[in-house]
Formats: sequence, C-alpha cells, structure tokens
Amino acid sequence: MKTYVCIVCGYVYSEADGDPEHGIAAGTRWDDVPNSWCCPDCGVAKADFEMQEI
Amino acid sequence: MANELTTGVLIVGSGMAGVTLARELRKLDANVDITLISADGGGFYSKPNISNALAAGKSADQLMMSQRDALAAQLKIQIHSNVQVKAISPQSATAVTSIGDFEYQHLVLALGARPIRLPIAGDGAADVLSINHLDHYAEFRRALGGKGDGKKRVAILGAGLIGCEFANDLRLGGFEVEVFDLAPQALGRLLPAQTAAFLQQRMENAGVKFHFNTSIAKLEKSAQHYRLTDSHGASHEADIVLSAIGLIPEIELAKASGLPVNRGILVDQHLQANGGKGHAPIYALGDCMEISGLNLPFILPIMAQGRALAKTLSGTPTELHYAAMPVVVKTPACPTVVCPPPQGSKGVWQEEVSADGVRALFVDANNKPLGFALLGSATTERQALAAQMPAWL
Repeated sequence: MKTYVCIVCGYVYSEADGDPEHGIAAGTRWDDVPNSWCCPDCGVAKADFEMQEI
Repeated sequence: MANELTTGVLIVGSGMAGVTLARELRKLDANVDITLISADGGGFYSKPNISNALAAGKSADQLMMSQRDALAAQLKIQIHSNVQVKAISPQSATAVTSIGDFEYQHLVLALGARPIRLPIAGDGAADVLSINHLDHYAEFRRALGGKGDGKKRVAILGAGLIGCEFANDLRLGGFEVEVFDLAPQALGRLLPAQTAAFLQQRMENAGVKFHFNTSIAKLEKSAQHYRLTDSHGASHEADIVLSAIGLIPEIELAKASGLPVNRGILVDQHLQANGGKGHAPIYALGDCMEISGLNLPFILPIMAQGRALAKTLSGTPTELHYAAMPVVVKTPACPTVVCPPPQGSKGVWQEEVSADGVRALFVDANNKPLGFALLGSATTERQALAAQMPAWL
C-alpha cells in the first residue's frame, strides 16, 4: 500500500485508509481512484498528487 | 552588466504560478531550457498553507516543501535566487536583472500580488503586519512568540477569506482574536447574508469576536500594547495587528515595459501579454494576471493556467478555459466551500439554513443554479454541485 501527497497542500492519500468520506473505500489503490476525485483539503485534481517515498 | 545569458523559457517569480508552470512544462518537454528567477530564496512552499499553519504547529521552515537546490534538481531547471528583475525590453527580448541581462525566447511573468494596505493614522501604523509570503509568516510567528497563553490579543483588519482563516487558526492556537471589517458581514464578497451569519455564529462559538461596519482609523503604541480607534471612535486593545484586506496584483514591471495593464497584467486567451507585436512572446499567469476581467488569486485557477501555458510553450497553442472552481475556506469552526456565480450574473441567492450547515444556491430567473455556498454538513455536496455549474471562461 502506497501513499500519495498533494503537491499543493500536503494532504496525504493513503491507499490503506482511502477517503471514505468522499466515496473512496479503505484499501482503494491510487490507480483505481477516479480522475474526478479531488483533494479533500484544497480541491486540486488527482493529477496534482505525487507518490510519496517512504 | 557584462553577464549575458540566453534561455528558452524565462520565468520571473517562484510562487505557486511560476513553479506550477515549470513543473507542468517539464512534464511535457524533457529538454526545454527553463530558468526561474526568484526575488526570494527560491524554495517552494504552498502559500495557502500559511493561514492554517499555526494550529497545525508548523513553523515557517516546516512549511517549506522544497529548498531551491532540491527544486532545481527535481524539475531540471535553473533557479536564480534573491534576484530582482529591474526592466524588460520586449523589443530585444531581454530581461535586465540585478545579476545581469537574460535573453529569452519566451518570458513568463508570475509576479504575484502584494497585500493592500489602508492608510491608518498613529505611531503604531507602521507596525501593522500583513502576510503574503513565508518570510512574513516567520516574522508573524516571532511577533506571536510561539503559542498563545490566552492572553495575547490579535486584531485582524478584514473579515474576508484570509482574515477569517487567520482568525480561526489563531483562535485554535490559543490567542484572543478580534476581527474588524467595513462590510456588515464576514466574507462580504463571497457569501449571502444568512450564510455569512451562520459562519459568524460558528466562529463566535469558537471564540472569535467580530466588529462589522467599521474600520481602524488610528493605531497608537502604548507601553505594553496597541490602542486601536475604530471609525466610530470606539477604542480597542491588541498586542499584534494583522492586515488582511486583500491583494493587489504586481503590475509595475509590466507597466514600465509597455505591456497592457488594468487591475492585473492583461493577457489574451493564450495568456500572452504582447500578442500581435511580432516580438518574442511575453506571458503572464497567477495573481498578477487578468484575463477577460478575471483576476483570481486562488489555487485552482493557477493550476489551470499552468497547464494551458505549459501546452502552449511546448508547441501546442492552448486557450485558457476555466470550469467553475469552488474555493475552500479553511475555517475548521465552520467548513466552507464557495463557488461564486460567473462575473456579472443576474440572479438571487436561495439559502437553506439548518442546524448543521447551510446550502445556498445562486439561481437565475429560470431557477438554473449558477453558483453555490456550502457550510458545515452541506460541504459534502461540493463535487456534485460543482459539476453542474456553468464554466467561468
């Protein structure tokens, strides 16, 4: 399970946690997050996230 | 100066607009020569994070996302830090800077905006802080002296988006906060009255005090604090005074170079400021730019501009279009999302206020929604509603 970070606000999307509040179930892989999903904190598009090295 | 450098794309300004353009352009073209000129240290940080950093316990250093050298290596660009651009010569495609002249093939102005300062009388007026840069935030944090102990009082001039965000953040940080605004309500340019009242109530419940229909006319120093006199003659005290009235685009350099300016630097649909002149193209984007009457100092418009201009610069001329772009107001006491109706729209606000939130729609004569404001529990509808809104450009 990987994590991705919003390049604008620093919000972290964790595949393990998903974003259930906005319809993304826990365990949803990044590739399966729809392109229409946007950062819950600042509103930028999925394309504005980068994979975070751990 | 003897120093003469030639570059493909010269970007002036290393804020969100300049860096986003560099990032998007590098994605499309691995080889184009990109040079970024920065008036500051040249590192990248996200300005919107400043207004909710205090409660998150973040220092200025912690807000810095990439230092200059790391950013330059990551994007494979040249960054010149602490450099001022003094003049531009569109005819000779040259930028005159404090470290020499740069010849460019494409020039991009991403100069940003600066805080508006209103004239205030009194010997404390020069001490008013405003925050539109990470260095300002560092200065502000020094003035605050770390977290509050419930005794330090901050007066905020302006109950707009930035004023409200700082008010909420400072309150969460343990400070006493009083907000002053000439308007009769919070977020006067964005929210209808009942919706604004809901936000105000939630913020007051969190301990923020508001003073509307007034402004600060005079600011005097006393031994321990500042004495503020408002336009009604009432007196208030504060330890720190923060101005958050709004932003004014940086247009001086463009104006002096003969480029068209209004409120911002005027550009065409391709973001070009000197179209039709036959000179090397000069573009503008971000908070300094105005297109079709729109100057939108928000993240989503900047991302849209960066993507469109990157395509144009990589050889595919691309017009800028804006979908409707909701603005998130970072007030944890009352989560708020606003999608203003397109400029000049005629219609009325329909406000549905419940115990947990507000759903306000701006509708035209045919009941078609053109804009919205969502507060509290209603914010979950953001994406669904945004998709129904008319495009802005």
